[in-house]
Amino acid sequence: MEAYLDNSATTRCYEEVRDLVVKTMMEDYGNPSAMHLKGVEAEKYVKEAAKKIAATLKVQEKEIYFTSGGTEGDNWALLGTAMAKQRQGKHIITTVFEHSAVSAPLAWLEEQGYEITRIPVDEEGNLSLEQLRAAVRKDTILVSTMYVNNEMGAVVPVEEIGKIVKEKNPAALYHVDAIQAYGKYRIYPKRMGIDLLAVSGHKIHGPKGVGFLYISEKAKIRPLILGGGQQGGMRSGTDNVPGIAGLGAAAERIYRDLEANTEQMRKLKLYFAQELGKIENVKINGPKPEQGAPHILNVSFLGVRSEVLLHTLEEMGIYVSAGSACSSHKRTGSSTMAALGLSPEQKESAVRFSFSEFTSKEELDYTLDALKKVLPMLRRYARK
Amino acid sequence: MYKAFLIKYAEIAIKGKNRYIFEDALVDQIKYQLRDVEGTFKIVKEMGRIFVYAQSEFDYEETIEALKRVFGIYGICPAIVLEDEGFEALSKEVAEYVKKVYGDRKLTFKVNTRRNKKSYPMQSMEVSSALGGVILDACPNMKVDVHHPDVFVNVEIRNKIYLYSENIPGPGGMPLGTNGSAMLLLSGGIDSPVAGYMIAKRGVKIDAVYFHAPPYTSERAKQKVVDLARLVARYSGPIRLHVVNFTDIQLYIYDKCPHEELTIIMRRYMMKIAEQFAKADGCMALVTGESIGQVASQTIHSLAATNEVCTMPVFRPVIGFDKQEIVDVANKINTYETSILPYEDCCTIFVAKHPVTKPNIEIIRRSEQKLQEKIEDMVKEAVDTAETILCQ
Repeated sequence: MEAYLDNSATTRCYEEVRDLVVKTMMEDYGNPSAMHLKGVEAEKYVKEAAKKIAATLKVQEKEIYFTSGGTEGDNWALLGTAMAKQRQGKHIITTVFEHSAVSAPLAWLEEQGYEITRIPVDEEGNLSLEQLRAAVRKDTILVSTMYVNNEMGAVVPVEEIGKIVKEKNPAALYHVDAIQAYGKYRIYPKRMGIDLLAVSGHKIHGPKGVGFLYISEKAKIRPLILGGGQQGGMRSGTDNVPGIAGLGAAAERIYRDLEANTEQMRKLKLYFAQELGKIENVKINGPKPEQGAPHILNVSFLGVRSEVLLHTLEEMGIYVSAGSACSSHKRTGSSTMAALGLSPEQKESAVRFSFSEFTSKEELDYTLDALKKVLPMLRRYARK
Repeated sequence: MYKAFLIKYAEIAIKGKNRYIFEDALVDQIKYQLRDVEGTFKIVKEMGRIFVYAQSEFDYEETIEALKRVFGIYGICPAIVLEDEGFEALSKEVAEYVKKVYGDRKLTFKVNTRRNKKSYPMQSMEVSSALGGVILDACPNMKVDVHHPDVFVNVEIRNKIYLYSENIPGPGGMPLGTNGSAMLLLSGGIDSPVAGYMIAKRGVKIDAVYFHAPPYTSERAKQKVVDLARLVARYSGPIRLHVVNFTDIQLYIYDKCPHEELTIIMRRYMMKIAEQFAKADGCMALVTGESIGQVASQTIHSLAATNEVCTMPVFRPVIGFDKQEIVDVANKINTYETSILPYEDCCTIFVAKHPVTKPNIEIIRRSEQKLQEKIEDMVKEAVDTAETILCQ
């Protein structure tokens, strides 16, 4: 049996996404910028995708800009805003537990002379709205937070933050990294005070290498990629038609039965957390399971190094991630775990389970059985 | 401009009646390294020289890079090949060549002539002095220095005339396959690939053993070792890499023996297992990347304790190297970047906080007594189930 419990790293494509990707590669493979019929045919796919995505957010099609994925969306939102607004101020507010697609460009801006305020979080991943309110100043040009933390599943109250930002400084933009939230929550930027919103395709059963950035028509940011003037000059480069078409199909599909699917995920997550609680020396990290996002559960199996547990499970066809999969390239520990103040024992043994609508109870039972089987052995051979 | 390369090989020239064996091996290795280079080449042994002739358009840089990986080559001299159309034509070509390569800079030079074709109307000394004059006329800034010239302009008169002056250093050593074979204990670290390279450089064919400890070491750690073996194989030719699953033995030692002796006992079993593969592959020796005092298991006492179980010679070519010296070689052979990828290897997973640094062999043997019940079977199992990967 296989149990793929690493859906926050990436997901399996929907079949209709695959079909559309193949079709736009093999049949309707024109360049949307071309003047001939083949180009026009291809352009229809791009427009169709923008329409489907816009509908899920209740925004206008022209406010959707396609990118190469979540990292580009975040980089563009931050750097594009900083460049456009440098005359108005150089103050940016964020949180201490952002994904590196946000924290790295902000660190770079800091080196360039921008002032970055990072709002702390408690051990459950809650941030203080009062602290955030106090941090917004006249020269604040941008507030950037994630919606769902990728490692812990903590949910950030974006609607409240949007309100605070608009109240205290209407000229400041609010960017939301929604890469773990889109397809799990209904997000309405206009209502929530969100000006920029970055999303990735492969986290919602779409293709890798594609995503979008929502840019409110009122928000003026600079393009980062210059060239042939595609997407209204905001993001040059030949449109990734197969990716974009696939992304559109995935967005439409994931929002079709959103409530039923997330409800199912949450039930499974609570069941899983409850069963894990019966194993000794297991600690749930981050928010309480019923409070966090429906699809992410971070757990420490004290006394077992997460990497060893990961490889043990992988031999049994169970796939999880240790810390954050996206940060496995780095030697340093996860910044989220540090931000939440996890103990060294917790950090060393933290494993993330992440679910999708395809996750079944059978997979979870299989995983629970496997854990019960291997943990005593792994605990016995500890590093002394 | 260049159409041929003269290959210089110092050390093998002294091997008396066995010389042809070395030369043939060198020719084979040159062919092997040139196999993927753009162009077709002919390799010729003639009168104490090896020439590589390009028989088509070819990629000069790629050719030099390939030849620099052939052990046994001391120098690579890109040469111009001329038809003998009289001395005047030769003078013109020589003047043009020197101008092109050295651009009339302030350099000293000497012309060396070898005349294998004795029917050539001038003697070697005459050719040298006449051509010296030609070069002085063509390049007024250059001067003759017959004792310590900056540039040797070499002219070899055979059926054709060869003209060369540059000497690009090769790796040295001896041609592969002329000195038997050895079994390298390859980890994912910096030292062992360097050790393998250094032994291969002496003409020794290399095979390797890697000890894999899933789930404590990952699939990526294994892939890293395969990648390292491939990088060494660029020089040493194909390496047969035996991947041994070592987890059970490690855990057994962990259960039965004092924790601070774990690494030493583990390494003794690694040596024993490596030796079994060495014997099966017809190797005459083991190779390790150990360097005195680098870690607890490489103190002179620990080395003695590890060495004690071996019946074959163990070569430790970096034994007297400092870390930086090893890193320098690793950089030269391009293994460093791969070696420093952060995947744990099996030596470090259970390492004690204070491992023994002066193991007493008697005590270690006594500890190993406790393994008697199962260890023979486990070693056999590990050898029998090893996976062999051809890395090239």
